Amino acid sequence: MAVMTYREALNMALREEMRRDGRVFVIGEEVGLYEGAYKVTQGLLKEFGPRRVVDTPICESGFTGVGIGAAMVGLRPVVEMMTFNFAIIALDQIVNTAAKLHYMSGGQFNVPIVIRGPGGPAAQLAAQHSQSMETYFYHVPGLKVVRPTTPMDAKGLLKSSIRDDNPVIFIESETLYPVKGEVPEDPDFVIPLGKAVVRREGKDVTVIAYMGMMYRAMEVAEDLAKEGLSVELVDPRTLRPMDTETIIGSVRKTHRLVVVEAGAGFAGMGSEIASFVTEQAFDDLDAPVERVTGANAPMPYARNLEKLKTPSKDKIAAAVRRVCGANGG
Amino acid sequence: MYAGMLRVRLFEERVRELFAGGRIPGFLHTSVGQEAVAVGVAAALRPDDYVLSTHRGHGHLVAKGGSLRGLMAELYGKANGICHGKGGTMHIADASVGYLGANGVLAAGCVLAPGVGLSIKHRKSGQVVVTFFGDGAANRGPFHEGVNMAALWKLPVVFVCENNRWASTTAHALSAAGGSIAARAAGYGIPGEATDGNDVLAVWEAVTRAAERARRGDGPSLVEAHTVRWVGHFEGDPQAYRPRTEAAEGRQRDPIARLEAALREQHRLDDAHAARIRDGVIAEIDDAVAHAEGSPLPQPHDALTDLFAHYPWRD
Ligand SMILES: Cc1ncc(C[n+]2csc(CCOP(=O)(O)OP(=O)(O)O)c2C)c(N)n1
Repeated sequence: MAVMTYREALNMALREEMRRDGRVFVIGEEVGLYEGAYKVTQGLLKEFGPRRVVDTPICESGFTGVGIGAAMVGLRPVVEMMTFNFAIIALDQIVNTAAKLHYMSGGQFNVPIVIRGPGGPAAQLAAQHSQSMETYFYHVPGLKVVRPTTPMDAKGLLKSSIRDDNPVIFIESETLYPVKGEVPEDPDFVIPLGKAVVRREGKDVTVIAYMGMMYRAMEVAEDLAKEGLSVELVDPRTLRPMDTETIIGSVRKTHRLVVVEAGAGFAGMGSEIASFVTEQAFDDLDAPVERVTGANAPMPYARNLEKLKTPSKDKIAAAVRRVCGANGG
Repeated sequence: MYAGMLRVRLFEERVRELFAGGRIPGFLHTSVGQEAVAVGVAAALRPDDYVLSTHRGHGHLVAKGGSLRGLMAELYGKANGICHGKGGTMHIADASVGYLGANGVLAAGCVLAPGVGLSIKHRKSGQVVVTFFGDGAANRGPFHEGVNMAALWKLPVVFVCENNRWASTTAHALSAAGGSIAARAAGYGIPGEATDGNDVLAVWEAVTRAAERARRGDGPSLVEAHTVRWVGHFEGDPQAYRPRTEAAEGRQRDPIARLEAALREQHRLDDAHAARIRDGVIAEIDDAVAHAEGSPLPQPHDALTDLFAHYPWRD
């Protein structure tokens, strides 16, 4: 184990997989000479050369298509989006080609591609640069969607994503890049896609969160422990395929559920989780599932408004108290 | 090339009949009249070269050597179609002949092609990739983004625009500023050549030049083949938007009749030989139709298979 930042963990994963497999290459805007808008690709051009670290013109749809074309005939591209907000420009390529090609061709072609970059709320980046982009992708059959919360997950999940034979959407976060944590240095360390993790054991209520919201939920859990409430924290890590088993298992234990997500709530992750928990574990629930979501508005710029838009510790704590109170707890 | 064009023509005409008779479903776009482009391009390529195609792509696959049985069964939506009945007319792919797929999204191939080119360069395989697109598709962003990257990185790509004057019901003149698609190549510093798309030898020559250049490592080219769509945009299109004379004019420049006349003049084709070729093609198409008619529909559980690949990619 070594202590490193989330950014360094991602860089390590890229470097290890590029050393391991000559078909893996990185492509995107400013990934080579400039070493990435957020320095995730630092040092890669120097080690692997311009054939495997490809700086592109500014054309998200174009270079995503290039990645897909290369993946169809033998390479394993890692496409960087400067910010995932711009992935909408490449949505056609991702949804119409990458996600469907294996299916439409009756299994003749597959698309082993990772599309990665930061998304979600950051520090006053405002409306076009703060969207929780996962919602655009997890609806689409044929895509896998990953949101890694810790440096260890960032490394282990990125390596699994690169080794996966299917298109993987891998959304990081500007605010998490400098976060430090323990990361195994073993190049064989991977975390399988589709496996959630219980970050904190508890018995009164399950709280599901990921990325920045998980860190917030951890603080809430500490605070509520002082009030005698025991919170179990579950991080799905991969949103598609979703590890419903771990989530249902936790709900069966605690009988109460709160889902926290940064994006606007309508048809969001919380809706989906509430729905399958209700279908599969209705009798185990002692209270209605609560969702704590971003407000239904684009991200405002002003600091106070940005704070209002995103789920706060107070809102999360209030929701937890409500579901527990619903059963006299 | 004569037999090749006849195969495309007779295949497409049979498909039209089958559609009219209710045997084949869907949005069906045929390439009747445009055979010289598909066949001229395929003749200029190696068997291991790649082709990216369009919604009007049956001819491209037939010319590249795809199995008529597999293609016909796919158009029928049968389990033993090339794509197991899951692709259909606008999304057919046939890996066995380097046919990387028709695409229902116009110009999508223009950005996939440079990616395929990167892989070719990486593997040093000496292959070339051709991407077909229509005059209408040439107005979409992916055309410009793809040509730019292919030119920038000198990738082995040949961009082939089939200019049949119409994008669905919209005339070329009403949608393409500057008129010439070939001239757009100059902006990206690559050769752009307009050619007679009703002359299979002219197409073959232009694409041969482009493919040689690509194989030498000198980068992409753009070929604009002027042709005529004899039939509607899709089967059932009443074509009220264009003069009836246009298809007739196209027929006067029939690429197959032109080549046939030239071959006869050179005494390389006579009635008996021509009849043998035609009969052979018809027998092959009859066989493909019988095969498709006799094939089973996919099983219900097939709707959920092939969503993800689990096998490791072949090295
Ligand atoms: C991105 C996109 N927009 C619209 C369509 C609908 N559409 C299908 S074919 C077509 C016309 C295409 O014209 P052209 O590219 O010239 O090819 P042609 O049909 O003449 O072969 C249109 C508008 C589509 N398939 N994809």
